Amino acid sequence: MTAALEARGLVKRFGGFVATDGVSLSVAPGARHALIGPNGAGKTTLVNLLTGFLAPTAGSVWLGGADVTRSAQHRRVKRGLARTFQINRLFADMSVLESVTMAVCERQGSAAHWWKSIGAHAQAVDAAAELLARLHLLDVAHAKTKDLAYGKQRLIEIALALATEPTVLLLDEPAAGVPTGESRELFETLLQLPRSVTIVLIEHDMDLVFRFAERISVMVSGAVLTEGTPAEIAADARVREVYLGQASHGATAGRRAAASPAAPPPGAAADGSVGLHE
Amino acid sequence: MTANVAGPLREAARWKKAEFAFWLLPVAAYFVFPSDLALLSQIAITALFALSLDLILGYAGIVSLGHAAFFGTGAYAAGLLARAGYGDPLLGLAAAAGVAGALGFVTSLLVLRGADLTRLMVTLGVGLVLFEAANKLTAFTGGLDGLQGIEIKPLLGTFAFDMFGRTAYVYSVAVLFAVFWLARRIVHSPFGISLQGIRLNAARMPALGTPVNARLMAVYTLAAAIAGVAGGLLTQTTQFVSIDVLSFPRSAELLLILVLGGTGSLYGALIGAIVFMTAHHLLAGLNPQYWQFWLGLVLIFVVLFARDGLMGALRRLAARWASRFATRRRVA
Repeated sequence: MTAALEARGLVKRFGGFVATDGVSLSVAPGARHALIGPNGAGKTTLVNLLTGFLAPTAGSVWLGGADVTRSAQHRRVKRGLARTFQINRLFADMSVLESVTMAVCERQGSAAHWWKSIGAHAQAVDAAAELLARLHLLDVAHAKTKDLAYGKQRLIEIALALATEPTVLLLDEPAAGVPTGESRELFETLLQLPRSVTIVLIEHDMDLVFRFAERISVMVSGAVLTEGTPAEIAADARVREVYLGQASHGATAGRRAAASPAAPPPGAAADGSVGLHE
Repeated sequence: MTANVAGPLREAARWKKAEFAFWLLPVAAYFVFPSDLALLSQIAITALFALSLDLILGYAGIVSLGHAAFFGTGAYAAGLLARAGYGDPLLGLAAAAGVAGALGFVTSLLVLRGADLTRLMVTLGVGLVLFEAANKLTAFTGGLDGLQGIEIKPLLGTFAFDMFGRTAYVYSVAVLFAVFWLARRIVHSPFGISLQGIRLNAARMPALGTPVNARLMAVYTLAAAIAGVAGGLLTQTTQFVSIDVLSFPRSAELLLILVLGGTGSLYGALIGAIVFMTAHHLLAGLNPQYWQFWLGLVLIFVVLFARDGLMGALRRLAARWASRFATRRRVA
């Protein structure tokens, strides 16, 4: 079967620093694939390479069997590849509905229309409202983005990506900075996305990763260390070492270390609900 | 679902009462200041020019210090066409829009690169190049002496341009209104909203599938064409082209007018032009040498205390009145 998204020998150098060191990755259609690894492992750089935000030094990116290495970012989006950002990239002064409708117009091909007002594009507004309802954002549809709580803003980040109707969705730490209770809610929403959307998730919270992912790739120093099912990853001694090594680096890694798969109970992922640190 | 949810989005695009009232001003001015129609025409033309800058700066976020390049190009295009015997005003405006728009399209490739400072310098550079080219090509432009011998035919073959400037004024305001109406439609359309998206977060737009460069080129070309129309109007209403239509001060003054009035509302451009030109007229009459002193002072105050310009200040005032009125009604 053709992979939904594939990286072949991706390399990215910044001067003398190798951020991505020959990454090959294949994500099957409908997959729930997580990308984990310590800080600075090159996860976000990989997402930037996959989406065309950065151009690779070597290697290629394939989307649904087509080579898109040379395609501009917006062309890849048109081909079904969407992403969210680790740090919110929203439209502060727009209302929630306005920004999502704008994104929907782009997908429906009406974004260059210059005669009728955006509010009169009923098809786009309907689709946007439906999406907001799905993400429980309809009650704040007319609020300005900048006036909303951080947790809501994270949802808008996802709403904007979903507005492009992706076949492959890259989520770069969607729950970053979101309080624990809200992040669970957020993941409930993500779990409800249809299988027609292939999802690649970058996340530091191992609890969430093991609940969500069916396959996990572990990145270390710009390269893929190993890939496997959650159970395999949990049992991998090398992965354990990477995370234990990280834990000794101090306070910031503390929370993550606590939730790391350093000593997961066997079969943690099988039932998909066991919190590792509980 | 659409009807309720889309409500506020549709509402934004609807004409407000205050807008209708605003457009009665130029009508009233015609009767109240019949001896100042030449100045009033200049105001309308400057307003149109400022409107074109607002489209790229206030909506798409492209700063420019060389917008006079397009104004001047339009002015010369209309002038040269009339001198060649094609003095029909509307034909002249079409030519001005076409030539300036073409120049805008070509130079838009330059403003795509880089951030604000780069854009300021590139637009400034294009302006300077054009000014000196016009200065050098005296056979074509008349150089510093200006382009003379321009004869404009009656508007629509009927309304001759009279010595009181009545036709010129009505013509200028009519063109201003028509272009404003078009621009107003555009800024509320999906295209206009996507421009705002680019201004607010240019890095996110490609991730939504937006071809950012194509959008910027489109609006830059459009704004150049409108600036060209403004330049063409100046030529036709004064029957003369001075080389300072291309000058740097004209570009700088325009930016000042727009910031004074407030960016990103279209009306800010109009209000800025009215206030600036009127102040210029009155202050220069009182004190011809030092009027820029007051201008500078006002500018500093606006930028420090009303960053969204006169339009922003007006909006806040209106909001305060509305809430005070609401409280009073509740009390009563």
